[in-house]
Amino acid sequence: MPEALRQRPRLAFAGLAVLLAVLPFLVGLGLGNAWVRVLDFVLLYMLLAIGLNIVVGYAGLLDLGYIAFYALGAYLYAWLASPHFGLHLPFWVVLPLGAMLAGLFGVLLGAPTLRLRGDYLAIVTLGFGEIIRIFMNNLNAPFNLTNGPQGMNRIDPVSVAGLSLGKPLHVAGLTLPPTTLYYYLFLAFVLLAIFVAMRLQDSRIGRAWAALREDEIAAAAMGIDTRNVKLLAFAMGASFGGLAGGLFAAFQGFISPESFTLWESILVLCMIVLGGMGNIPGVLLGAALLTLIPEALRYLGDLQRATLGHVVVDPSDLRMLLFGVALVMMMLFRPAGLLPSRLRRREFAAQDGVAEQEQASLYDAHA
Amino acid sequence: MDIFAQQLVNGLVLGSIYALVALGYTMVYGILELINFAHGEVTMVGAMVALSVIGLLMGVAPELPGVVVVLAGILVAIPACMALAYTIEKIAYRPLRHAPRLAPLITAIGVSIILQNLAMLIWGRQYVSFPAILPSDKYALLGAQISLLQIVIVVLALLLMAGLWLLVERTRLGRAMRATAQSREVAELMGVNVDRVISATFVLGAAIAAIAGVMVSAYYGLAHYYMGFMLGLKAFSAAVLGGIGNLAGAMLGGLLLGVIEALGAGYIGDLTGGFLGSNYQDVFAFFVLIGVLVLRPSGLLGERVANRA
Amino acid sequence: MALLSVENVSKRFGGIQALEDITLAVEAGEIYGLIGPNGAGKTTLFNCMTGLYTVSSGAIRLDGAALQALKPHQIVKLGFARTFQNIRLFANMSALENVMVGRHARTHAKVLGAVFRGRKTRAEEADTQERAQTLLNRVGLASKGQVLACHLAYGDQRRLEIARALASEPRLLALDEPVAGMNPSERLQMGELMRELRADGLTLLLIEHDVKLVMGLCDRVAVLDYGRKIAEGQSEAVRNDPAVIAAYLGSEA
Ligand SMILES: Nc1ncnc2c1ncn2[C@@H]1O[C@H](COP(=O)(O)OP(=O)(O)OP(=O)(O)O)[C@@H](O)[C@H]1O
Ligand SMILES: [Mg+2]
Repeated sequence: MPEALRQRPRLAFAGLAVLLAVLPFLVGLGLGNAWVRVLDFVLLYMLLAIGLNIVVGYAGLLDLGYIAFYALGAYLYAWLASPHFGLHLPFWVVLPLGAMLAGLFGVLLGAPTLRLRGDYLAIVTLGFGEIIRIFMNNLNAPFNLTNGPQGMNRIDPVSVAGLSLGKPLHVAGLTLPPTTLYYYLFLAFVLLAIFVAMRLQDSRIGRAWAALREDEIAAAAMGIDTRNVKLLAFAMGASFGGLAGGLFAAFQGFISPESFTLWESILVLCMIVLGGMGNIPGVLLGAALLTLIPEALRYLGDLQRATLGHVVVDPSDLRMLLFGVALVMMMLFRPAGLLPSRLRRREFAAQDGVAEQEQASLYDAHA
Repeated sequence: MDIFAQQLVNGLVLGSIYALVALGYTMVYGILELINFAHGEVTMVGAMVALSVIGLLMGVAPELPGVVVVLAGILVAIPACMALAYTIEKIAYRPLRHAPRLAPLITAIGVSIILQNLAMLIWGRQYVSFPAILPSDKYALLGAQISLLQIVIVVLALLLMAGLWLLVERTRLGRAMRATAQSREVAELMGVNVDRVISATFVLGAAIAAIAGVMVSAYYGLAHYYMGFMLGLKAFSAAVLGGIGNLAGAMLGGLLLGVIEALGAGYIGDLTGGFLGSNYQDVFAFFVLIGVLVLRPSGLLGERVANRA
Repeated sequence: MALLSVENVSKRFGGIQALEDITLAVEAGEIYGLIGPNGAGKTTLFNCMTGLYTVSSGAIRLDGAALQALKPHQIVKLGFARTFQNIRLFANMSALENVMVGRHARTHAKVLGAVFRGRKTRAEEADTQERAQTLLNRVGLASKGQVLACHLAYGDQRRLEIARALASEPRLLALDEPVAGMNPSERLQMGELMRELRADGLTLLLIEHDVKLVMGLCDRVAVLDYGRKIAEGQSEAVRNDPAVIAAYLGSEA
């Protein structure tokens, strides 16, 4: 079947487009509207994962505070489009601003640390993520900027051409609930992000990132300004995060610091590690799996109640544990992820019996 | 009471705990150039294990003096943490020694998540309180109040640091560790069993961390499955501040960070005209970290390494 | 004026004096050899020249422009490329992509160009690919373009490094032991390639332990020992210099 589709890419493409278009209806009818909401989150996480993948997968920089950029985008959206300050700017103004703000913070944070060894970046971004969260939690006094731990609510929904995505839409006898409307909006952004990320990967910039990831010194010696190229990756990734944050705020209508903990950063990192760092289909798969699995895990609680009479282990307690185990296992046994990258596949096709073992040691010698 | 003197005392006490945890980060980094994210969690496990033992002992032998009970807790926590660290290194880090740099860093994060969540399953989401069984005498010192516990923490920390210093400078194992830190290949050629040295480094750091874990929980009167995260971050910041890979640096960095934090939390209200309060205590470590990395990436006592090559 | 001039360069690593007061000049169009026993400081000198190390003192000039304060990528842009003794390819990129990365300093596409892929970007990309393939052909890797660098045979990896360095269109190419680990026939081929490159107007700086190859190929040779230059001159003269025989040739016998 997949073979047949590969023969007719246009047919496969059309099929995929139709599937994506009717997916929320199928899911809504089959599993209920709650699952359409899950679908929306899948898309949101895909957006985040594509952004983080630029930083980690393409350029090989470990960013552990990625969610801070998401938070920046979300808070900026809330400030500019909610009763909090009485501002109600349209989404097409706020979203780009959020992306830019996040990108700016990415540069501010990256500039001092990117000339150092990669692992310092990991720690500094981790710290940055916490700083942002601490500030969001506490900036309700003396001047109420974030409304503290309560968070901010009544954030404006996205509205396109006078049409609010926050209300159900009636067309041609169909009623499209907000979750479905946002599905299409998020889908559009994800497709755009995929397009941008893939174009970038297959370009002079993308090759420079890859070179940087493979060997920073050799990259510099080949004429790459490693500092600028790193900053670029960092800022690009951050602005994807900021964009996703804005969408999240509009979709939920409510944000609080709780949505932006370190574990969210780790979750997104898990997505790209699991799916396949550097490879967009892998990243998308990772995002889908890790959003859906916890949802499915909820049934584990019901299952325990049904079979044992009470809940022995709360499945949400197991979630992080499983992620931790998955991270370690993936690194130990399948470091390239579930879907290894394009290059590796191409290589397997082109390979004509070159002694691999011998070469591997060559690189070890000076790693 | 003198706020400055009091905060200085508090800072030194907290700082000596940071220093102990920082030693573990710095030793491992010195040898493997790996940030052992799980080290903070090992500290947490130390506290939790000790608290379990303490609770158990108080149940079966309520007549035992508090000091003995706590000591017993520490004596169980130390080998537990050593075994834990040994296992972590063997299973999660060793196979990745020649992998790209990102790989061990990601497993380290994975291990730390695993430990945290296992701890949550075992000891629950609630704070575990440290029973009030230690003497609570207080003394006046230069306008500040200092408790017996605080004195014991500082003195014990100093003793441990001195002990570690002697071990690294004076023993065969210490020599092997230094040689391995210089160059793993050369050490290997000189007949050092590098795997053993690396294991020993992890185990040694874990033993100290176990004690530090008990100290923090005794000091704050509680322990929590999440406590290792912040503590670890701060200790790592302390290690960087002092110059990562450098033992004396970790000690100095720890003490300094503790003092900066305590004074900062005490004065931040005045400094910012009441804009920021002491609930920002946790951000100081990060500002210090970022500041050091910008101004002097090699840390206070670190050698200036050419970071371009 | 010399194309590359090294003036009183010294480099210390803590207690080690890796280079001491080195002065030498490479003329445009020549093949200049750098030899010396292990640990003499040859690679260190390359690293200083190409901006990977900062010199402790002294100056390095390429066609009059001071290099010692520049970053590696700026030096590449001025037309000075290099290879590495311990092969530093981009292991998980294809051979072709490795060479394409080498074009970085001579190409311009930025983020917007990459995303929108307008006519200019497409033309540049096509040109990059074509030149990269031409260079692969030139070093004898015509059919290996799609193979990952880490899967290439050892000799191929060395050749790929040269192709990658050439992609930046250097005037001066520094090769650090390019035939190390190669068999005699591969060495001959490599020597031939170097002559061709020189014939194309490139200036070559060559570190090599294979004295016969160096003597046969180089117009002039400098000899380093313990971080000092102990001899310099025409290959023949250097070969018979007693200091050199004692320090280098002697130590090998
Ligand atoms: N980054 C560094 N830090 C400390 N010492 C260094 C460094 N790089 C080189 N050295 C030292 O400088 C000296 C010269 O080394 P270099 O690699 O330049 O020698 P070489 O002439 O290239 O030798 P070989 O023929 O073995 O390649 C050696 O003693 C080496 O240990
Ligand atoms: Mg050399």
